[in-house]
Amino acid sequence: MTSRTTPNPRTHAPLSERPEHSAEAPLSVHAMTVAYHRKPVLWDVDLDLPPQSLVAIVGPNGAGKSTLIKACLNLIPIAAGRVEFWGDTFEHNRSRVGYVPQRESVDWDFPVSALDVVAMGRYRRIGWFRPVTRKHKQAALRCLEEVGMGEYANRQISQLSGGQQQRVFLARALAQEAELYFMDEPFAGVDAATERAIVAILRRMREQGRTVVCVHHDIQTVPEYFDHAVLLNMRVVAAGPVAEVFNRENLQRTYGGRLTLLTEATEAVARAERGST
Amino acid sequence: MNTFLTLDLMPLLAAVLSALSCGLLGNFLVLRRLSLMGDAISHAVLPGIAAAFVITQSRSPVAMLIGAGVAALLTVLIVEIVKRLGKVEPGAAMGVTFSVLFALGVVMIERAARSVDLDADCVLYGQLETLASFGASGDAIQVPRQVITLIIVTLFALAFVGVLFKELRISAFDPGLSTSVGISAGLMHTLLMALVAAAAVASFEAVGSILVIAMLIAPAATARMLTDRLRPQIFVSLIAALIASVGGYFLAAHAESLGFKRSLDAAGMITVISGLLFAIAAVASPNHGVLARAIRRRALADRVILEDLLATIYRAHETGAPGAREEALRAALGTNRASAALSIATRRALITRRDAHIALTDIGSALAADLVRRHRLWETYLVDRAGVRPDHAHGPAEILEHARADNRAPIAPDLDATTDPHGRHIPSPHDN
Repeated sequence: MTSRTTPNPRTHAPLSERPEHSAEAPLSVHAMTVAYHRKPVLWDVDLDLPPQSLVAIVGPNGAGKSTLIKACLNLIPIAAGRVEFWGDTFEHNRSRVGYVPQRESVDWDFPVSALDVVAMGRYRRIGWFRPVTRKHKQAALRCLEEVGMGEYANRQISQLSGGQQQRVFLARALAQEAELYFMDEPFAGVDAATERAIVAILRRMREQGRTVVCVHHDIQTVPEYFDHAVLLNMRVVAAGPVAEVFNRENLQRTYGGRLTLLTEATEAVARAERGST
Repeated sequence: MNTFLTLDLMPLLAAVLSALSCGLLGNFLVLRRLSLMGDAISHAVLPGIAAAFVITQSRSPVAMLIGAGVAALLTVLIVEIVKRLGKVEPGAAMGVTFSVLFALGVVMIERAARSVDLDADCVLYGQLETLASFGASGDAIQVPRQVITLIIVTLFALAFVGVLFKELRISAFDPGLSTSVGISAGLMHTLLMALVAAAAVASFEAVGSILVIAMLIAPAATARMLTDRLRPQIFVSLIAALIASVGGYFLAAHAESLGFKRSLDAAGMITVISGLLFAIAAVASPNHGVLARAIRRRALADRVILEDLLATIYRAHETGAPGAREEALRAALGTNRASAALSIATRRALITRRDAHIALTDIGSALAADLVRRHRLWETYLVDRAGVRPDHAHGPAEILEHARADNRAPIAPDLDATTDPHGRHIPSPHDN
C-alpha cells in the first residue's frame, strides 16, 4: 500500500475566499467530495477548465482520476459539493458532453460492428425508442473515416487490434458532436502510430473549440500533448496551464516518494523547460 | 376435432411460448455474462410459492404467481446487494443467493405445506402434460390460464426488445456511456430483470424451472456461435428455441413409436434438443466452431510448411546445387511435415525430382523467390530499423515471412535494399 496521508481539508482556503467560478468554463467543480463505502476517494476538489483546451489529469494509481470523471458525469454519487457545466447542471447539458470510458471497461467480444459502436455516439440525438436511421449511420461512417478506420466499418469489434479499438472509441466520441469530452486513458495500450493519430485528432478537436479532459498515465508526454494539467492525488495538488503547474515540486507532491516516476517526471520537466526557452 | 387440436395444441403452445420468451430475453443475459441469473430466478421462485401458500393458506394460482414474481424480483435485488457489499464477482453473488433461497423454499415446503399436495418436483419439471385436458371439453378450444399468461408475457418481451433494441444494446455493451447519454443502464437492467422474472414465472408452471434455465441460456449461446451481430443473433436464437420446443415436444410425444418403452417427459426432451443444438453449433459453426478453427489451423500449418520447403530448396539452388536432397529436406523440416509438404508441392507442380535431388519448377521458383525476398527484407528491417542484432534476426524473420494481411496479401517491409544484413542477395519482386 502507499504511504498516502489523509488529506486535511483545512490546508485549503475557506470557500468564501476562493475565486469565483466563471460561467464560461465548460466545467467547474466546487468543493466536491466523493466517497466509496464512506471512505473518501476524492476530497474537496475545486476545478475550473478553460474552453478550447486539452487537459491532462495525472496522478498515481488510486488517486481518483477515473472517479473524478465519473463523478462529473453523474455516474457515481458525490458526497458533497457540486459540478457545473457552463454554469448549469449536467442534466441540462448532457448533449454537449461526451465520454470515452476505458477500453478495458467493455466486452470487445460483443456482437456488434465498428460502425454499430460509433453509431452509439448518436443515440442521444436519435432519442428513445427510435431506430438508428441511415442518416445517422452515414454520420457514424464519416467519423470512422475521420480516424482512418473507414474500411473497418463492418468488422466485428473483436477482430480489431487494441489501437483500432481505441480509434473506434474516438470515432464514437466524434459522433457525439459534444463540446466537452471526458476520456479515460485514451492512450492506454495503443501503438505509436495510433498514439500520433489520437494526438492529431485531439488537436483538431481543440481547433474546433472543444475541450478534452484526458486521464493520462504517461507523464513524460504531458507537456507535449496538453495545455492544462490537473495533478491529482485524492485532492487537487495543482491545476492550471502546463507551463505553470507541471514542475518537479508539484509532481513530487503528487506522486510522493516513487523514485522511478520521479526520475521520469524530472526528465519531462527538463524537456518542457528546454522547449519553452 | 382431431387429436392434435384436442390433446397437443395447448401443451405445445405453452412449450413454444416459454421457449420463445425465455430464449429472446436470454440473449441479453448471455451477452452481459449474467447467464446464471436464469438459474437464480427460476430456483428462487420456490420460497415465493411456499410463502404465498403459507400466507393465503390456499393453492390459488394467482397467489402462487404473485409469490413467485415477488421472490424473483427479490432475488435480483439480493444478488445486487450481495455483489456490492460482499465485493464478490456476479457469478458468486448469484450462486450463493439462489442456492440459499432454494434451500429455504424446500424447508418451507417441508415444514408448512407437508399436509397438502405442493411438491418441489412440479417446480423443477413442470406439468406440461396436464394442459392437454384443457382442449378436450366440447367443440370449443379452451385456452388454459397458463397459456394466456404466456401469450401476454411473450408479447411483452417481443415489444420490449423490439422497441428498446438500441437502448438494450448500448446499455449492455457500454453501461458508462449509456448512462452518460441519458439511457440509464441501471433502469435498463431493472426492466430486463423484471421481464426475465415474468417470463421465468409464467413459464415454470407449465414447463418447469429446468427448461426455463435451459431456454434462457441455450438458444442465445447457440446463436452467439453462429452470428457476429446482435440482430441476427436474436433472430437465430428464436429459431433455435422454436426448433427445440417443437422438435422436443413431438419427439417426447412419439417416443413409443421411436422404440422407447413409454412416452418421455416433454420438458426434458426439449432441454436435451436445445443442448444438442448448442453442441452442433459449437462444433460446426463456420466462424467460431471447433471444426472450422481446426481446419483453419491446419490450412495455416500446411501453407507455412510448404513455404518453408520451397525456401529451403531455393537456398540450395543459390549455392549452385541442382536442388535439395530429400534427406536434407527431411532433416531441415522434420520427417512428417516434410512428407506432407513434398506431396502437396508435387501435386501443385511446384517441384520436380531430378535423380537424388528435388528441384523447383518455374512456378515453384517464383513463389520461393518471393518468400526468400520477404525473409531477407524482414531481416534487413529488423537490423536497420528495429535495432535487432544481425545474428538474432533470422528467427523473427522466419515467422514474419509467412505473415499475411487481412486481404491475404503477403506483408513485407517497403525497403529498396538489395542485400540482407548477412550480405546475401535479395531477389527482386516477381510480377505475379
